[in-house]
Amino acid sequence: MADQHELKTQITLPLSKAVEISFNSVKIRFGRSLITVSGIVLAIAFLMSIWAGNAIVEGLISAGDPKINLVLQQKGVEIDPDSTAARQKQSKDAWLAVLSLLVCLVGIANAMLMSVTERFREIGTMKCMGALDGFIIKLFILESTFMGIAGTIIGVIVGFVLTSLLNMSSFGAIIFDHIPLSQILGDGLWAIAIGSVLSLIGGILPAYRAAKMEPVDAMSLEV
Amino acid sequence: MAMEEKTETTVETEAATVVRTQDVKKVYVMGEEQIHALRGVDLEVTQGEYLSIMGPSGSGKSTLFNMVGGLDKPTEGKVYIDDVDVAQLDAYELAWLRCRKIGYIFQSYNLIPVMTALENVTLPMVFAGLTSDEARDKGVELLTQVGLGERVMHKPFELSGGQQQRVAVARAFANDPAIILADEPTGNLDLNTGREIIELLRQMNTESGVTVISATHDHKMLSVSDRVVWVRDGRVDRVIDRDELKIEVGTIDGHE
Ligand SMILES: Nc1ncnc2c1ncn2[C@@H]1O[C@H](COP(=O)(O)OP(=O)(O)OP(=O)(O)O)[C@@H](O)[C@H]1O
Ligand SMILES: [Mg+2]
Repeated sequence: MADQHELKTQITLPLSKAVEISFNSVKIRFGRSLITVSGIVLAIAFLMSIWAGNAIVEGLISAGDPKINLVLQQKGVEIDPDSTAARQKQSKDAWLAVLSLLVCLVGIANAMLMSVTERFREIGTMKCMGALDGFIIKLFILESTFMGIAGTIIGVIVGFVLTSLLNMSSFGAIIFDHIPLSQILGDGLWAIAIGSVLSLIGGILPAYRAAKMEPVDAMSLEV
Repeated sequence: MAMEEKTETTVETEAATVVRTQDVKKVYVMGEEQIHALRGVDLEVTQGEYLSIMGPSGSGKSTLFNMVGGLDKPTEGKVYIDDVDVAQLDAYELAWLRCRKIGYIFQSYNLIPVMTALENVTLPMVFAGLTSDEARDKGVELLTQVGLGERVMHKPFELSGGQQQRVAVARAFANDPAIILADEPTGNLDLNTGREIIELLRQMNTESGVTVISATHDHKMLSVSDRVVWVRDGRVDRVIDRDELKIEVGTIDGHE
């Protein structure tokens, strides 16, 4: 049949186009993106403040300065690492770190999930307009990455700054002399990695699910 | 107008079949229950014709719309578009078909809420690989054609229902499709606005020779149709051609 030759395959758009569209998408829903990013910022700031707080106090303890020890004891910090009180404190800190990780996990997953599920209809519509599944998934990978990276970096900074201020008000500016910078830097990088990966997973799983559906199913999908 | 450029497909005869369904059945399974939305539909749609699909609520019009448009898969039977079995297409061919061959219009417009009218209209062009400049020019032209030349930068929520549906019509024509599929395009509109949309579709149909297939409750649709297919309980109940239609329309208009 003559008409049969007419059927062609859809072109794959270049990555630059996906970057352009997804960047615009984050920009035009700026208000909504801000809320999603805030969710990520809060979660990561919480995680980071717990980690950085522990690191700062440990830094002060390991300084071994009698004057500092006095202040620490006044504030109820156990400086002898072998005492039972210190052991208890350690396990409490570890528990708090795990808890903050969980809060972070749920917070980010929720923020991303909401931002994608409310767009199922849009995904269905894009499929009707001829978008390839892969392209839609690419868009959401990029969007999640933009928001994830922005949110986690801000979160790490916010978390660190707040904890520093808090500890400064307790112990004075001396904390900056004994701050374990490399450890905090390491914690920060971990937090960024965890937050970005979580944002990516939280954003992609629902987008992948919707992109793989028949367009009508995606359009009628309810959250 | 850009739409008139497609001449290469009509070499054979005047009455080439663009869409053909063969014993199409659709069963929705909901737990224990099976819903037979379509019970075997045979339909042929000729190029350039304006076909209305009528029938009571729940008769399977939307389901048929989805099957013909390649938006969902039939449980049984086949859908041919330009003699190609849609079920045989891979993802890339199917996306091409949805992008270039068919334009969709929905009852609830389905515009992307955060995008301007122009961005909505140019989206299918972007998927077709047009550059941003080409897409913008063509988008403005299409929006002007549907009477929204002054509103290209408006977001859907700043437009009335009728205007949103006009944007959706412009979007459906974005890549000069051979077929326009419309599922109750006037369902959410008042009488006059609905009539305007129908006349717009009819005008596009006569001007560009695009085939229009429209599911509808709307008796206003009858007067512009070349053919009306009545669907009932998942089957084609009867088909009325243009000649017979003239008589029927008279009686129906008389009722209104
Ligand atoms: N996704 C679905 N899951 C289960 N049943 C469905 C689904 N979609 C449609 N149906 C059923 O299939 C039948 C036909 O539905 P369809 O939407 O095609 O009717 P319709 O003719 O378009 O009706 P209306 O004029 O009200 O839009 C109905 O009984 C409906 O309940
Ligand atoms: Mg319907």
